[in-house]
Amino acid sequence: MDKQSILRKLNLNSLPDLSEQDFEPASAAEKEQITTMAEAVSYWKDAWRRLKKNKIAMIALVIIGCLLIFAIIGPYLSPYTYSQQIRGDENMFPCMKHPFGTDKLGRDLLVRTMIGTRISLLIGIVSAVIVLVIGAVYGAVSGLAGGMTDNIMMRIVDILNALPTILMVIAIKMVIEEPLNTLINSSEIFKPLQALGSGIIAIFIVYGLLYWVGAARIIRGQVLQLKEMEYINAAIALGSNKNRLIMKHLLPNCVGQLIVTTMLQIPSAIFTEAFLSFLGIGVSMPMASLGSLCSDGLNGIISYPYREIFPAVVISIIILAFNLFGDGLRDALDPRLKK
Amino acid sequence: MLKYLVKRIGTAVVTLFVAATITFFVMNLVPGGPFLSEKAPTAAAKAAMEAKYGLDKPLMVQYGRYLSGLVRGDFGVSYVQAKNKPIIDIIKQSFPVSAKIGSVAVLVSVLIGIPLGCLSALRREKWQDNVIRVVSTVGIAVPGFVVATSLMIVFAVKLKLLPSSGLSTAASYVLPVITLSLSPCSYIARLMRSSMLDVIGQDYIRTARAKGMDEFVTTFKHALRNSLIPVITYMGPMIANVLTGGFVVEKIFNIPGLGRYFVKSIESRDYTIIMGTTIFYAAILILMTLICDIVYKLVDPRIKLDA
Repeated sequence: MDKQSILRKLNLNSLPDLSEQDFEPASAAEKEQITTMAEAVSYWKDAWRRLKKNKIAMIALVIIGCLLIFAIIGPYLSPYTYSQQIRGDENMFPCMKHPFGTDKLGRDLLVRTMIGTRISLLIGIVSAVIVLVIGAVYGAVSGLAGGMTDNIMMRIVDILNALPTILMVIAIKMVIEEPLNTLINSSEIFKPLQALGSGIIAIFIVYGLLYWVGAARIIRGQVLQLKEMEYINAAIALGSNKNRLIMKHLLPNCVGQLIVTTMLQIPSAIFTEAFLSFLGIGVSMPMASLGSLCSDGLNGIISYPYREIFPAVVISIIILAFNLFGDGLRDALDPRLKK
Repeated sequence: MLKYLVKRIGTAVVTLFVAATITFFVMNLVPGGPFLSEKAPTAAAKAAMEAKYGLDKPLMVQYGRYLSGLVRGDFGVSYVQAKNKPIIDIIKQSFPVSAKIGSVAVLVSVLIGIPLGCLSALRREKWQDNVIRVVSTVGIAVPGFVVATSLMIVFAVKLKLLPSSGLSTAASYVLPVITLSLSPCSYIARLMRSSMLDVIGQDYIRTARAKGMDEFVTTFKHALRNSLIPVITYMGPMIANVLTGGFVVEKIFNIPGLGRYFVKSIESRDYTIIMGTTIFYAAILILMTLICDIVYKLVDPRIKLDA
C-alpha cells in the first residue's frame, strides 16, 4: 500500500507530524491486557446486572432491607418490651411517646409491631427453607429415579396437591399444638424452642408436612429437563459418575430455580401465618405476629382503628415487597421465562 | 374420554378418602378426646358419654363407622357448641349463606377480571395496562382481613354508607363480596393478560389479520376464546380461595355462614364440627377441581385426553 492510498483511507491530506517522542513502549500491564481474554461474566454477575436494571425489584429489595432493620434492630432501640404493660398508658392514640399508640393493656404497639414483623419474617423464611429442603430432595429423587418410582412419587404429590391445604393446616395445627407444648416444656433439651412457643413450631411442622408439594414439582421438572440436556450426555460420555453429575451439573443448574421458589414461598408462608393468627390459631400469647396484632386490633376497631392499621400496612408491604422481588429475581435468573 | 373420566374421578375419590383419613386420625390423636373441654366429668359420666358416641370402641372400628357414616351423608354430631346437633344439619343451615356470597364473589371476579385482563393485554405498556398491573399486584398481596377491615373502617364506620355486619339487605353484600373477589379478580386479570398476549402473538391471529378480518372479530372471536382456557383451570383453586377466604370475611362481617361456624368451632375447640366441615369443604373443592378439569379438556380439543 502506498502512502497516498493510506492517506485517502484515513481521510487525511497529510500525515500528522509525529516524532519518536510521541510513542512509548507498552507497559507490562498493557501487554497483559491484550493477551488475556476479557473476564467471563458469570451467571450470578449477569443475573445481578439484570436485577439491578429492574427498578421495581430493587425498590422491593431496599424495602425488604428496611423491614429487616425495623424488625431485628428496632426492638432494641425501643424503651419498652413487647410484653411490658405500661400503667397509665392504656388505650393511647399515636403520639410522641408511643408512635403507634398502645393497646388496652398499655403495651406499646410500635415495639409490638416490630416484634410481630420479626416473627412473621422468621416464620416466612424458616418455613420457606423447610419447604425447599423437603421439596428439593423429593423432587430431585423423583426426577432422577424416573420410571415406576417417579410415577408413584408423583401420584402422591397429586393427591397431596388436591387436598384443601389450608383446612388441613388448621386441623393439624390445632391438634399438635397442645402435645407439642407439653413436649417442649418437659425437657431442658428443648430450651431454645420454648422461647419460640409451641404455636410457631407447630406452624413449621405443618408447613413441612403439607407445603413442599409445589417445590417438589418445580424441582422435578427442572431435573427432568436438565437430564435431557446434551452437556449431561457429554458428562456421562466422559465418564463422570452419578455423584459428580448431581453435585457438579444438576444442582448448580437448579440453584436459580431453588432461590426463586424460596423467595416466592416466603410471602405465601407469611400470608398463611397471618390468616391462621387472624383466626386465633397462630402464634401463642403473649408473642405477637402481624396477623395476631391485626386480629387483636379488630376488637375495638371503631374506636381505635390505628391498632389495626399499622400492622395491616406492614404486612401488606412485606408480602408485596417479597412478591415483587421474587418476580424480579425470577426474571433475572431465568430471562427465558420473562413475559 | 371415558378412560380419562374414570381415572380422574378415581383420583378424586382417593383424594377425598385421604383427606377424610388424615382429618379423622389427626382429630383422634388429641389427648383426652373430644370431651377435654368439659368441666371434669365424673368417670361414670364420661364412660356413658363415650359409650353413647361409640368412642369406647377401638380406633379402627370408629374409623370404619365414621367412613361409612360419611358415605351416607352422616358427619357425626357436635359435642361442644350445640349438644347432639347433627353436623349435617348445621351444614344444611349455614352453607347456603356462604354459597350465596361465594357465588356472587366468583361471578364478580370473572366478570371484572376477564375484561380487565383483556384491556391490559390490548393496551400493552400503555397507561391502562400499567394501572391494571399495579392494582392487580396489590390486590393479590393484601391479605383478605386487611381489605375487609379497611373497607369496614372507610365505608361502614366513617362514611356510614354501607352496613358493617349481617346480610339483611342487598347493600350488606357489597363489602363482603368486594373483599372476597379482590384477590381472585386480580389473579384472573393477570392470568388473562399473559394468556391474551400469548394468543395474540400466534400465527393464526396474524393470518386472520392478514386476511383482512375485522379487528373486533379477530380479538373477540379468535383471540378471546382461546385465551380463556387458562382461566378455566384457575376456577377450581379460585373457588377454594373464595370459600376459605369466607372464614375471615364471615368472621369480620358477622355473617351466619359455614365459615363463621368453622371459626367458632376452632375457638371453642369443637373437634367434630371441625372434622365434619373440613371433610365437607374438601369434598366441594375436590368436586370443583374435577369439574374444571373435565370442562378444560372438553373446551380445548388440542389437549390429549390420556396425557
